[in-house]
Order: sequence, then C-alpha cells, then structure tokens
Amino acid sequence: MDKLSRIAWLYVGAVLAAAVVVLAKGPFTGLNWSQIGVLGLLLVACESSATLLNARGLAWSANTMASLAAVVLCGPVGAALVSCGTLLGVRRGPSAVQRLFNTAMYVLSAYLAGWTFLAFGGHAGTPGPSSFPGLIGPFAAAAVVHVAVNFMLLDGVFWLTREPGGAAARVGLDFKLWLTDLGYGAFGVLIAALWSVLGPFTPVLVLIPVFVARWAVAQFAAQQRAYEATVSALCQAVETKDFYTRGHSERVSRGAVLIASEIGMRPERVGAIRYAGMLHDVGKLGVPTSVLQKRSSLTDDEYAAVQLHPMRGLDMVREIGFLDEALAGIMHHHERIDGRGYPMGLAGDEIREFARVLAVADAFDAMTSDRSYRGARPVPEAVAELRKWAGKQFDPAFVDAFVAAIERDGWTAPEPAPAEEPLRTIESL
Amino acid sequence: MAGRWYEPRGLPRHALDSGHWLLVAFAGLLLIWSVAQTAVSGVNDIHAALAFGALIAFGELLRLNLPGDREAAPIATAGAMAYALLLRIGNDPVRPGPAQVIAVTAVAMIVGALPHLAVGRPARLAAMSARLVAVACVAATFRPLANAGLIGGRWWSELPVMLGLIIVAWFLESVVSALIRTDALRTRFGVALSDEMRVQFAIAAATGASALLITFAAEVMGLAAVAVFAAPLLVTQVALRRYAGIRATYLQTVRALARVTEIGGYVETGHSARVSRLAVAIGRELGMPEAALLELEYAALMHDIGQLSLRDPVPGGATVLVAPEEQRRIAEYGAEVIQQARVLDSVADIVRRQSDPCRPADRSQPPPLSSRIIRAANAYDDLVGSSTDASRAAEAVARLRLGTASEYDPGVVDALSNLVMPAA
Repeated sequence: MDKLSRIAWLYVGAVLAAAVVVLAKGPFTGLNWSQIGVLGLLLVACESSATLLNARGLAWSANTMASLAAVVLCGPVGAALVSCGTLLGVRRGPSAVQRLFNTAMYVLSAYLAGWTFLAFGGHAGTPGPSSFPGLIGPFAAAAVVHVAVNFMLLDGVFWLTREPGGAAARVGLDFKLWLTDLGYGAFGVLIAALWSVLGPFTPVLVLIPVFVARWAVAQFAAQQRAYEATVSALCQAVETKDFYTRGHSERVSRGAVLIASEIGMRPERVGAIRYAGMLHDVGKLGVPTSVLQKRSSLTDDEYAAVQLHPMRGLDMVREIGFLDEALAGIMHHHERIDGRGYPMGLAGDEIREFARVLAVADAFDAMTSDRSYRGARPVPEAVAELRKWAGKQFDPAFVDAFVAAIERDGWTAPEPAPAEEPLRTIESL
Repeated sequence: MAGRWYEPRGLPRHALDSGHWLLVAFAGLLLIWSVAQTAVSGVNDIHAALAFGALIAFGELLRLNLPGDREAAPIATAGAMAYALLLRIGNDPVRPGPAQVIAVTAVAMIVGALPHLAVGRPARLAAMSARLVAVACVAATFRPLANAGLIGGRWWSELPVMLGLIIVAWFLESVVSALIRTDALRTRFGVALSDEMRVQFAIAAATGASALLITFAAEVMGLAAVAVFAAPLLVTQVALRRYAGIRATYLQTVRALARVTEIGGYVETGHSARVSRLAVAIGRELGMPEAALLELEYAALMHDIGQLSLRDPVPGGATVLVAPEEQRRIAEYGAEVIQQARVLDSVADIVRRQSDPCRPADRSQPPPLSSRIIRAANAYDDLVGSSTDASRAAEAVARLRLGTASEYDPGVVDALSNLVMPAA
C-alpha cells in the first residue's frame, strides 16, 4: 500500500468514514468499560504478535479471537470499541495508513458480527452454564460474518492496488487462511464462556497455549529454513571441486521442482525432489578433479570413474532418513528410458519417477551452461534437443511438463563462466 | 551413527543406573497403592473419571519426542493436572480422592502406551514415571484441601494455589528428569537441570495453562471443556513433532555431508564422526549446556570441510602434520562455506578458530572453548585414528600434553585423557 491510486484512496477513505460513523453513533449506554478495556488489551497483544505472510508486508494476527469474544460479552458497539485496539498494536511494518485501514476494517467486521449475533437470537452479556449450547448457533453466524467482512474489505485493497500486468499473481487470500481465522475466532466463545468463572484473568490464560502453539509453528518454520540453507551451502562447497558446475545443483533442483509442480506432485514429494536435485551429484566428489575438469574426451577408465558417481552419491546420503524416494532419484538420474543409461541400465517404468524427473532437469542445465569441453547452448536449442531425445533418453511426459513450465515462467540460465580461477593448493608440504 | 555418549575403551557404559530403577519402582508402588485404595473406597463420579481418563490415554498415545532424546506428553499431563485440580462440573462439586486421581492417571497412561508397545516401540518407563510422580504430587496436596472445602469459591482465591502447585510439579519433574540424565549421560546436575527447564519451558507453560482452562471451563461447559481446550495443545504438538523431525534430519544430513571429505579422499574414513563424538564427550565432561553441545557437534562434523578447496588431498588427511599457516587457511575456507548458510554463524566461528593456539603469541583473544576442544580432538584422532591400541592412545595423550603450554587447552586435554584412558 505504498503508492495508492486515486480510486484506492477513495476506497480506504470510505472504509475509514464508515468506521468513524459506527464508533460515533453509539449508543454507549450499558457498556462495561473495564471489560472493554481488558479485551482491548487482549486485542493489542494479538495485533502485536502478528506474523508476516509475504514480502509485501501482509501480516496475519489472531485479532478475530478478541473481537469475537467482545461480540458475545459487550455487543456490537462494545466489539467495535475493542477493535480500536488494532491501532495500538506494537509492531514494526505497517504505515500509518495501513494501521488506520486495518483498524477500520476490524471495527466494521466486529460491528457487523455483533449485529449478526443479536439477529440470530444471541444475547450480549456474560454467558452462564444455561447459555450453552444455545449460544453456539448465533456465535457461528457472527464468526462467519466477521471473517467474511474482514476478508472482503482486505481483498478490495488488494484488487485496487494490484500491479498492472501482473495478472498471474494471486491477489486474493487463500482458503486456508479463512479457516485459520475461523479457528482462532472459535476461541472467542471460549473466552466469553470462561468470563463468568475467571473474569478478567481469562484472556491471559487463553493466550498462553495459543501463543505457545504459534511459537512452535514458528520454530518449525525457522528450523526448516535453516536446514535448506545449510544443505545448499554444503552443496556449493562440493561444487567448488568442479569449477564448471558451480550452481548446477541449485538449478537442477529448481528444474526438478518445476516439473514436479507441473505434474501435480504432492507438496512433501516436491520438497523431497528439491533435496534430491541439490544432492544428485554429491558422488562426483569421489571422481578425481583432473577427470572432471578435463578438456579432451575421456579414456575408458576415466569414463568408468565418472559412471560410478551416482552410486557413490547414494552411499553418502543413504543415512539421511527422509530421503527414501530421493535416494532412488540420486542413484538413477543417469538411466535412460531406452535402457542404455548407467549404472543399472534400467528402462521405462523400471526407473523411479524421481530419477526420470532429475534426468530431464540435469540434462537441460548441462546443455545451457558452460562445460570444460564446450560453451553453453541457448535455451531454444536445448529445448529442441530435449524434444529430440524424448522417448529415447528422457520420459516424454516430463519433457513436456518442463517445456510448458519454462515457457510460462521462464528460465534463468547461468552466467557465462569467467576466466578460470585455479583451486587453492598446498605448496608447503 | 554416532552414539549419544562416548564409549571409553575397556569401560562398560554406565550400567543400568540405580536412580532410574528407584523412580520406576516408586511409580509402580504408587500405581498399586492407588488402584487398591480406589477399589476399596469406590469411584467418585465415574463420568468425570472416564472423560479425563480418555483424554490422558489419548495424550499418552500422542506422546512426543523432543530434541535431546526427551519425551513429553503435553495433552496427557494437562488432562491429569486438570483432573487433580477439578472442583466443579457445572454447578455440582466433584470430590475424587487423591488415590483416584493417581489411579485414573496411571491406568490411562498404561492404556495410551499399549498401542505403542503393540507396534514395537518400547515405553520409556522413566519418563512416564516422572510424569506420574508430578501428577501425584499435585493430587496429594490439592485433593485433601479441596475435598475438605478449604479452597475458596472464587477464582482469585483458587487460582494462586493451583498455579503454585503446577509450577512446583513442573520443577519436580524437571529435577527428576535431570537426575536421570545426570546419571545416564555423565553431565553435571546443574547443567542438566537448566537444559531440562529451558527445553520444557514453553510446553510446560502451555500445558499448565491448558490444565487450568480445562478445570475452570468444566464449571461452565461441563465435560465438553475437556476436549475443547486440548485443541491448542494439539496444534503445538503437531508443530513440535515436525520440528523434532526436521532437527533430526538436519543432524543426519550434516553427518552425511560431512563425509564428503572422506569420500573425496581428503581425510581418513570415519574421521569426522569420531572427532565429533569425542568433542561432544569432552564438552559434556566440561559441563557445556546442550545448545552449545549441538553447535560443537555441527562444528566438529564440518571442521574439515575447508579441505575441499585443496586440489590435492593432504596425505591421510592429517591436518596436524600440515604447517600452521595452511591449517589456518583450511579453517578459514571451511568457515566461509558454513557462513554461506547464514544460520550457523557461531558454528562458522568455531570452525574458523579451530587451529588457533590456545594461548596466542600476540596475547589476542583466545579461541572459544568449542574451537579448543575440536583442536585437541582432531589432533588426537589424527594421531590415533581408528586404532584401539591403548599404548597408542597413551602416546597421543602424552604428545598433546607436551603442547599444553601454548597449543592445547590443559583442561580440554585432561578431559580427553579421562575419556580415552579411564583406567589410568
């Protein structure tokens, strides 16, 4: 929301105005101000712990929980007042306009949810044991309205501020986020239910497990990122041996993921093939550097040494627990559909899917980058070559998937290699 | 696969430790006593007993392995604590005796453990016993007071007592677990306790809060509260399970990739694994906390990764025989590689300074303890290799001792010598 068009300004202005009208209209009679204060604090806590969802600064927070609790406990006007806490959230990132818009958005969603709750027969106030299960129906309606209004207002902004020409980019928010929001919203009714026994201490107690759950999810995500970064750094270290293959594993990994996504593999398998791509050539470590960097054609013995690398790679990564399918990919990425590949000479469907995917990505990157014995070929020429060998060397289905993917998303071929820099050597021995 | 502890030659691993069995025996007695007592006096409110028993069994079924070879069952613990602290369901007071709470918990834990046994995963008796003892401590203190009507009727009088008991129980469980670890892993008790509490803190907070929520929500929502308030714990648990999984994979991957230097012919087979095992054992002997031990393990596994930059491998990979200047360049290059991951900066730092002498000639900052440990462990392994000859080990230690004036840290060499020559 950095540079807003005039129409986007109008939209934001209209949302703000509507929120101000709601807040000014009242009525303010019969409101329990200390309760509103406590719930407001809860909302500030939720807003302050928002998690960033994407690079554009879209963040998600558990505000729904607090404002829906307020819907039950304080009614529509009280809920709107509680939602003003969004303005006070302690977090870096949102600009003043964003903060104002977010606040107005939550005020309107809470207000409308509050009226929905009353319209479906709910009574605002602290529920007792007799309120259940009668309260569930009206609350569910209120929760759906809250989430729907919230997302519609937000989608409006995304629609008005979308980049021109970027039609392929998704502007909306996905369904999963809807569900997450509803799930957190359900805690609103729990807070309201506990208010009669625990009073203002309720939010504190409810927040602890919720925050720990979010902490655990964040820990997992951080560890996953750390893991990927480490694997990629170690693969680069392996590549320093062979000057010409720098970045090769990274690109093969990217190509394999393109194919895997294109043919609709499940996300866990896409993750596994990403690692398989990164690690597919680790076995080259066992091949003497002089052979890898040789400029002329290889002797039979040297060729045999090169052919051993998939097996050596398998030996090295065998112990990594998660890589079951990936192991097959690493072992067989030089097999050919017609059975003339190595190390086993498997043919057709005998070759595991991962290996057939890796073979396409590997060959394509090899063709489009420099090698010690020849220069890089342009992408269209490499595509023609893939098509020519489809059915003989490659699985035609994966060639088609790869070509379709790079025609749509493009392919970044490596920079041409600069003059050769020698590897470090030990002279002092 | 590297073992959890270093196994000094000729000395059997700490045999079955007495503390472990004492704890299990105590829990067993608790089980027998509580079941007998409940059978005699009859069950108070069978519905509540069944509902909480089901939650505990479910939680035990979903028990969780945490990093550092620990076990937790947050949902089971929350359920058991809530049952121990339960005052009312709806408007009716509930008064199970302490024996009933312990019996329900123990039986439900066993029921929840059965499916694990059926598929061949052994139960960890010590961890289960520690959990049961913590619950028993809360039940034995709180139930007599509550059943006599001594706990007030409002949340501000009930909550502090409950909160205090939960914290005491958590502390007790940590102490018991730390004692077991001290016994089994040769760590120091203080270090083990602080590790234990650090690892468990967030889960314990969520578990305790959930227990209180279930207790109080039962007053408004009846037994439905039991299921509803376990939901956030379930989310936590799923995330933690995946976290533990990726952490294990991480270690396996670093172990596997650390072997690139072996396969490339740069170092002797098994060198990185041996050095890391020895280094971690030394670190533990010196009382390093768990987080630092993990970094030490990573650094030790990858300490030779810098050799990949050499066109020709060092003969036998023995960096101890290479000129100091070259050693430093290899270390520097290895650190560069690790730094590219951007998440292992302290590991990179340890690797960078692994070849610095312990007392630098220019009186600059000495290298971190982990670097000094790796330096000694690496030198020892370069001299001894995979040999199991005791005289060769003694010679190597003697040679390291000669270098303690400037090169090697005397404390580290002492610890190393204790580990490799236990009889001496």
